[in-house]
Amino acid sequence: MIQKAIRDGFGEALAELGAKYERIVVLSGDLEDSTKVINFKNVAPKRFFNLGIAEQDLVGTAAGLGKEGLIPFACSFAVFLTNRAYDQIRITVCFNESNVKLVASHGGVTVGSDGATAQCLEDFAIMRVLPNMKVICPCDAIEVKKAVKALISDIGPSYMRTGRAPSDIITKESDPFVLGKANVMKDGKDAVIIACGIMVAEALRAAEMLKKEGVNATVLNMHTIKPLDTKAVIEWVKKTGAVVTAEEHQIIGGLGSAVAEALALEFPAPLEMVGVKDSFGESGEPGELMEKYGLTDKHIAEAVRRVIKRKK
Amino acid sequence: MADFGALEARAKQFRREILETISGAGAGHPGGSLSAIDILTYLYYEKLNIYPADSKNEERDRFIMSKGHASPALYVVLASRGFFEKKELSSFRKLGAMLQGHVYAKVPGVELSTGSLGQGLSFANGMALAGKIKGKSFKVYCLLGDGEMQEGQVWEALMTAVHHKLDNLCIIIDANKVQQNGLVKEIKNIEPLAEKLKSFGCEVSEIDGHNMEEIAAAFAGFGKVKNKPYVIKANTIKGKGVSFMELNSKWHGKAPNKEELAAALKELL
Repeated sequence: MIQKAIRDGFGEALAELGAKYERIVVLSGDLEDSTKVINFKNVAPKRFFNLGIAEQDLVGTAAGLGKEGLIPFACSFAVFLTNRAYDQIRITVCFNESNVKLVASHGGVTVGSDGATAQCLEDFAIMRVLPNMKVICPCDAIEVKKAVKALISDIGPSYMRTGRAPSDIITKESDPFVLGKANVMKDGKDAVIIACGIMVAEALRAAEMLKKEGVNATVLNMHTIKPLDTKAVIEWVKKTGAVVTAEEHQIIGGLGSAVAEALALEFPAPLEMVGVKDSFGESGEPGELMEKYGLTDKHIAEAVRRVIKRKK
Repeated sequence: MADFGALEARAKQFRREILETISGAGAGHPGGSLSAIDILTYLYYEKLNIYPADSKNEERDRFIMSKGHASPALYVVLASRGFFEKKELSSFRKLGAMLQGHVYAKVPGVELSTGSLGQGLSFANGMALAGKIKGKSFKVYCLLGDGEMQEGQVWEALMTAVHHKLDNLCIIIDANKVQQNGLVKEIKNIEPLAEKLKSFGCEVSEIDGHNMEEIAAAFAGFGKVKNKPYVIKANTIKGKGVSFMELNSKWHGKAPNKEELAAALKELL
């Protein structure tokens, strides 16, 4: 399997589209080498601003540029961008409906040895609850390019999480990408696994493992966490009768919660959630952390076996 | 030259309208509205390039009210300049009203909804930066309170304005000396403010923010210094114009009742 970090795909896409669209400006919190927006700086230095280590100011400045008809991408690590500048995102960006694209790398435990302070596990939750905000987490370095294109055409605030560690390429250039519309990666009748980001690849591997046991699982790539593709969720839960969610995020408030809300309101069904169980991360290699925090293909397969037993 | 007497008379009328508006709503922030009104009167009648009938005109000067609780001061001036009808003032803070409690961007003439202190200047920087990127000659003005200078984001934004040489940006600090629970200097002193701003790299003009001649002279200096943001530190009095409200933190966020309103209006004849 070919691997590539999602942040690398993001950096390439932003440089490519940034050269084409004059309205794109990029603001960085002195992390352009890590978030990969340095690629944009190299092609459009006059539309690139490193605002230093000051995320609140970064977000507010981006909002001013957005209200002037430019398309600002404000980029940093997920922890700093979403947690540090939360009130600025709430008021100056969302309440004011400024066309700001917040894009963060370094989500989840796969940040690795930098440890808990750098591993963002609550960004989906706190971004999802804000009115006017869209939340996106593409599954690989190819899909992220389509997501950047979609964000440029979309008007309004959005948050996108990329990823630091190299991860499997599981989509093709020709696959469709529509904001708010889930992609079916594999279909099966026994359960549906709804995943986002690098967990989609884990889910596909889990589905392969289960197939050997005679269990056929659907894998839904829910790249847009908000607005959630409720229609697809309900359609697949009706077909399969059991749901597992998988995300590199707290199980409180993220994709799993969004799916649980949809199920509870429209079509209650057994649900198991794979994600971090109300704890901070720690230092370690990405693979070791995925194992320790219960985020691998094996954990997803186990959750599918559990949820199938709960079917009436 | 501006007719200072006429501007003063206008500002006095605005003070009356501010108090009537807050009293009508039964809530609001008179102190910081009364301290800022002379500056706003000058800006909207003498300085800003505005288009009341076309409030989003690309060439307009941008004014950002970072201290969003002083909304009545901005609203009465915008109404008077014809951005919306004066009768809207009577529904201030009421359910479904256009005039929300804090400065609200859906009101014609308002650039940014505010109300969480410290956020306006970064946004103003973004607009000023956009003006330079787009090659436009509009100016950006941002008004902050002195208590607001306790917010860390303001200092981040000042560094940005200086570093990016935003000489199309004018920052006004309504230094009325009082915040919600007392004197700024007793709660967390921000002085010597002018020196701090100069050391950050701003061009600073310090004036009496209730003296129209000084206000005019200070704004006349904006645009003369290149490559630096321009700051007017306006020394003002919270509650200015109403003796029992002046420098009294009790009137930071309290509406006058009928008797108090009558007593206040008597002082503003």
